[in-house]
Amino acid sequence: MKNNKIFKTIFTLPILVYTFILIVLPLLYILFLSFCTSDSYGGIIYEFTFSNYIKIFDLTYLKILFKSALIGVITTIICILISYPFALILRRKSAHIQNLVTKLIMIPFLTNSLIRTYGWIILLRKNGIINNGLIMGGLTSSPLNLMYNRFGIVVGMVYTLLPFMLLPICSSVFEINNDLIEAAKDLGAKPLQIFRKIIIPETISGVFNGSLMVFIPAIGYFFITDILGGGKIMIIGNLIKNQFLTARNWPFGSAISIFLIIITFLLVKLYKRLGGKMDDLGGF
Amino acid sequence: MKDNVIVKLENVSKKFDDKYVIKNFSLDIYEGEFITLLGSSGCGKTTVLRMISGLENVTSGKVYIDSKDVTNVDATKREVNTIFQNFALFPKMTVKENVAFGLRMKKVEEKEIEKKVSFAIDLVKLKGYENRYPHDLSGGQQQRVAIARGIVMNPKVLLLDESLCSLDLKLRKSMQIELKKLQKKLGITFIYVTHAQDEALSMSDRIAIINKGDIVQLDTPENIYNHPKNVFVADFIGEANIIPAKVIKKIDGGINVKMLENFLIDIKTEEEFEKGEDIKVVVRPEDIAVSKNELVGSIKGVIIDSTYSGNSTNLIIDIPGDFDIKVSTTDESKFRENENVYIKFDSNKIVPLRK
Amino acid sequence: MKGKYSKLLFIILVFIFLYLPIGVLIAYSFNSGSTNLIFEDFSFKWYLNIIKNTDLVNAFLNTLLVAVTSTVISTVIGTISAYGLYKFDFPFKKLINSLIYIPIVIPEIVLGISLLSVYTLMKLELSIYSIIVSHIAFSIPYVIVSVKTTLTSQTITYEEAAKDLGASNYSIFKKIIMPIITPGIVSGATLVFTLSLDDVVISYFTAGPGSNTLPLYIYSIMKSGITPDVNALTSILLLVTFVILITLTIVQSRKIRKEAL
Repeated sequence: MKNNKIFKTIFTLPILVYTFILIVLPLLYILFLSFCTSDSYGGIIYEFTFSNYIKIFDLTYLKILFKSALIGVITTIICILISYPFALILRRKSAHIQNLVTKLIMIPFLTNSLIRTYGWIILLRKNGIINNGLIMGGLTSSPLNLMYNRFGIVVGMVYTLLPFMLLPICSSVFEINNDLIEAAKDLGAKPLQIFRKIIIPETISGVFNGSLMVFIPAIGYFFITDILGGGKIMIIGNLIKNQFLTARNWPFGSAISIFLIIITFLLVKLYKRLGGKMDDLGGF
Repeated sequence: MKDNVIVKLENVSKKFDDKYVIKNFSLDIYEGEFITLLGSSGCGKTTVLRMISGLENVTSGKVYIDSKDVTNVDATKREVNTIFQNFALFPKMTVKENVAFGLRMKKVEEKEIEKKVSFAIDLVKLKGYENRYPHDLSGGQQQRVAIARGIVMNPKVLLLDESLCSLDLKLRKSMQIELKKLQKKLGITFIYVTHAQDEALSMSDRIAIINKGDIVQLDTPENIYNHPKNVFVADFIGEANIIPAKVIKKIDGGINVKMLENFLIDIKTEEEFEKGEDIKVVVRPEDIAVSKNELVGSIKGVIIDSTYSGNSTNLIIDIPGDFDIKVSTTDESKFRENENVYIKFDSNKIVPLRK
Repeated sequence: MKGKYSKLLFIILVFIFLYLPIGVLIAYSFNSGSTNLIFEDFSFKWYLNIIKNTDLVNAFLNTLLVAVTSTVISTVIGTISAYGLYKFDFPFKKLINSLIYIPIVIPEIVLGISLLSVYTLMKLELSIYSIIVSHIAFSIPYVIVSVKTTLTSQTITYEEAAKDLGASNYSIFKKIIMPIITPGIVSGATLVFTLSLDDVVISYFTAGPGSNTLPLYIYSIMKSGITPDVNALTSILLLVTFVILITLTIVQSRKIRKEAL
């Protein structure tokens, strides 16, 4: 019996320690910080206040939140618009091909996302490959502004996050029982009706899974706005980064983070209501 | 049976990856009949069904429904509906929404839909289940929803693809009766595909036995059982003893054959056989009499296996010369293994077949 | 037929989009010029130059060290935790079962700054070790989820059968459970290794001075321009991972075909 106790301890203690020290403690601490204020040197003043949360609703910050959400939504929609046809085209292909395609989607992931984003600079900048190509092809006389603006940011975000949409949509589309499609056809449904009535309801949790895994990073990936936005456009990620590293206003940064966590939880709740499973999130 | 042909397949062929699954297949199906396409898996029966529903295109040949050439008409527009093997109920829709689906696609008025749907649901005895989802239903109930979803469209023909297979034995038996009743009531042509011969025999007006993409026999259940056209059918339908025999001479209205080494018997047949021809004879186990006493024209054998199955006893009897004959008897007397018995054939119930 | 080609074209375009930046990086690794601006001449010199760039080599070695260490540790902890959560009842189990999803769903930046805050609170110095701990922090849940999916109700039956035959807890785990969960462990480990290599955000907040990892090094030189030796190193890394993945795919599809037979 003593052996059993040791056995159980080995299998349960690490997760207890991990959860409380590396998940609960950090989050509780920034929750605590979010109700403090900071002095002009970045020191923390331990006085209870709601001011950080009120500050989020300043016009300056609201604008950043709004622009950030806009980039997130545009990125998510573009990813959905690419992923659905992609998955539908491959739906009836053999498991062998589907497996291969999934692997091919994953390969770019094996290089660091920052390095891949850098690849886009070579492509998008004024004297970059795309502009040179357009000029040589006579499609434009002077180089287009493809980066250091919102376009560049969205390209970078879509590029970095597309696989997170492709993979769940593919797996949910591939799982649709073909009998359902045939039954709908048999009952007189046209392709668009089949898509609306059968395919969307069957894959909605996959789509929302992808949307979660695209939208949430898209409002936080400050390095993409830094590199492809040229520091001109700020998203929530940049705002938090600045509060922690430049402005050194940790309490305000924490408040924004808590705000983000609340939004995330609401989205996850919605995902679960649509029939999504937690275990499917973020998996490949 | 009405003589109006509702579905006509004319020299239909289907190729998958350069291989013919169905080749020059022709079949007329009459209005209001219950016809079963019976065959083992991979024989092409489901492909035939799918070519009728339009879910599969024909490689060559023509398909007519109600005298209209529908060869190039999409499944969406054919006036036939299918009950799928696993029912293919839409999981995110309620029973009512499932049944209403096809009518909604046809943009039928909502009031009309309400009426037709509740009629169909009533018909399959699912009143009160309208707002349930498929996963809340038992297998039998799911089957009923699938049927309601098909018949609500008032199709000319209802296609059923192995529709009872996924149900357990008891449920299958009761659904067989119900399906047959329903078909009689509605007068819709049912084309049923199955590999289960008991279903085919108990429900169908006609059975088409299919082997390797071809119809080997098309007839009523009684004729198929009692007069199989060839060894394949005899073996496929029910239990049968298939015994090699030789034609000794022709007699009035039949032949005299020699089988089981030196046993001679007269068989009635309308078909012509040549003297000296090697043939096979088919005898159903229940058509062989068994007795502990020797009778005129009986053969002696030893019981090597005896199994009791409720209403009859199934025996395997070893005849000298290493023949095992299956016999089914309702005789109450106890037959034990290793016991000597005598079997007797009924010359009216032996079917001679060419090899 | 026309539709068929446009469908194929769409798939190809998506893949071009996914591979284009990488292709460009690889192409410029063979550029003899010292910038990624103009392609001058074909040359292998940047491949040889990798070794001379000690900052780059150090950053790369740090990245590997972080990835390998955090993968090993998080795989071990994740695996035993998944089994622990499946098998035992213990305080806070239900709570933990939902808390472990937090690192998967919350924005990385929030995880990054909250870990940074706690390290500061505990007065821990930021270094390569703080990066490793942070990577372990976000990796464990992925391993748990991956292993969990292989532990089904069927597993309980096997366990009971083994117990019935007199196996101890330890031998049940070793002989019965391990073979069942191995695919989950492998895919979990592969996933967290990839995530660790890919990570920018968490490392950015939890790295100490002098503990550069490859992404942080690149981030720091991005403003002044990236030299093609970075491209060269990236190309080598890509080639290695590509070979590994292709081999895995071939093995897997053989398996699928065998099972189909």
